Amino acid sequence: MMSHWIVAPIILPSLMAPLLVLVARHDIGLQRVLSLAATAALVAISLMLATAAATGTVEVYELGNWPAPFGIVMVLDRLSALMLVMTALLALAVLVYVVGTDWDKRGAHFHALYQFQLMGLTGAMLTGDLFNLFVFFEVLLIASYGLMVHGGGKARLRAGVQYVIFNLAGSTLFVFALATLYGVTGTLNMADMAERARDLPEADVALLRTGAAMLLVVFAVKGALLPVHFWLPNTYVHAPAPVAALFAIMTKVGAYAIIRVYTLVFGPEAQVTGTMPGDWIMPVAVLTLVVGMVGVLAGGNLARVVAFAAIGSMGTMFAAVAVFTPESTLAALYYMVHSTFAAAVLFLIVDMVQSRRGTCALGVLPPIAQTGLIASLFFAGAIAMAGMPPLSGFLGKLLVLDAVRDHGGAVWVWAAILIGSLIAIVGLARAGSQLFWKPHAEGITDPGGTVAAMAPQPVGLPVAAVLALLAMIVVMTLGAGPVTAYMQDTAGQLYDTADYINAVMGRN
Amino acid sequence: MEFVVASSVGLLTAAGVYLMLRMRTFPVVVGLALLAYAVNVFLFASGRLTLNQPPVQIYEGPWSDPLPQALALTAIVIAFGMTAFTVILALVSFLTSGSDALDMENTDPEVARTPTKRGEDA
Repeated sequence: MMSHWIVAPIILPSLMAPLLVLVARHDIGLQRVLSLAATAALVAISLMLATAAATGTVEVYELGNWPAPFGIVMVLDRLSALMLVMTALLALAVLVYVVGTDWDKRGAHFHALYQFQLMGLTGAMLTGDLFNLFVFFEVLLIASYGLMVHGGGKARLRAGVQYVIFNLAGSTLFVFALATLYGVTGTLNMADMAERARDLPEADVALLRTGAAMLLVVFAVKGALLPVHFWLPNTYVHAPAPVAALFAIMTKVGAYAIIRVYTLVFGPEAQVTGTMPGDWIMPVAVLTLVVGMVGVLAGGNLARVVAFAAIGSMGTMFAAVAVFTPESTLAALYYMVHSTFAAAVLFLIVDMVQSRRGTCALGVLPPIAQTGLIASLFFAGAIAMAGMPPLSGFLGKLLVLDAVRDHGGAVWVWAAILIGSLIAIVGLARAGSQLFWKPHAEGITDPGGTVAAMAPQPVGLPVAAVLALLAMIVVMTLGAGPVTAYMQDTAGQLYDTADYINAVMGRN
Repeated sequence: MEFVVASSVGLLTAAGVYLMLRMRTFPVVVGLALLAYAVNVFLFASGRLTLNQPPVQIYEGPWSDPLPQALALTAIVIAFGMTAFTVILALVSFLTSGSDALDMENTDPEVARTPTKRGEDA
């Protein structure tokens, strides 16, 4: 029986967004209720779909009832379900924070853009068609352009232009790659392409490999891998901090696309590409990790410190992705979910700090309001991000270290991860002591009067949102057994492509 | 015909990449538009170049491949919308900050000093 629920995570936000614009345009209260209700419903639907996917069947939804490969299919497997749950939980927590801090009142149509963003994200995670993936990328990008410049301001608009142009160039390359792949294989359905790529005439192999390499660059842009990570720091620093927290998922969409395409279509067994994807990703992942962690030390303000920590975490994750074995993919998935929540926590704390302090530069100013509470939250978030025990960052890094052990460049990866973690600890500790500890010394003056001039900030809902995200990290730590068991099945399903292909092509 | 199409895609791409590297919003937007034209023609050509052949199978064969035509149409719409958006954003950015350069200093994020009413913060 075909379950129509598979398409619900896309339909729900795509219906809610126009409703928010058309009906609730003048009523921020109604917008909040609708937006929160839709996102909470998305969490419920995602959990339901994850339960369905946990049985191991690959559910296929044919849009318009056109059979693959002629129609577009939405495919629900364990990986898609995992990504959906992660997105929905993150989106709900960030939305609670936004409502709690009135960020949605600083510009028009925040909630509508937010829902369109969710539609693009869920669509990209569910689709089984490469061109449809491009379209959902564009949906999530154009919504993110709006969210990125929400609230306006000189620096934010200029960073926004950078972000838009970088991504438009990436999208153009995406279409070049798709056209190349279509020209060679004659299909854009991932399952169909996986089959056709296997028995391709010798003359076409080079062209297909070119297409696969271009696609890898496109996804690397999304995943912020060196040297195409340059869009990330300014975007995350100048975007409204809660939006930056949601954008923690954007890099993971790139990671998801790489995991999906380079296990299913150009997997380790595919003759056309062989070990090419892993060989390319591994060195740049290590470089990304190093640059990210050095950036944590050199950030200069808390937002940039956290942005570079996010880059570093992508490097760690991609080091595990690049090995392309079920064990390494398990490590990558665990670290991906963990680092998404950790980065989101830190970005929300960036907003808490700068809204009370007037700046998030790492200078010493008098203590901010609720300094003890925010310092404790930052401490927990920093421990998670740096990968120290007892939180899940430690387990994640341990899994990654274990996964790359048999890889040829294991020494480099181990050195980079371990030294990188140390640098990150130093960088985050320094940032924390400048912001929260040193202010308590005697004789700190406030030359611009910035801290005293800040209006009192709400505490309840924002702190609840951060605690909810921290709770996810704690759940991932305490429930590491069941979580990794699910991810192990996910990784197993990814490398056993026959199920996926047969389900999509209707050969059950 | 293949030579003409291929070299025009190449020329458009080269011009687009050159303009994108100018690092000022206007040339970059024009460069992006040229790249979008190039990629649309490229996408169209991925279904092979044919003359006088219908894309629907209700007629006698041979047919041309209809899918790249649909894809090119989608890509045109997306590229057009994105270009329009970029033009407006670049203009707003230029009018707000007084600069059309794409690269920027490592500045700290701006923080609104007082809570503002909806839509007034800029």
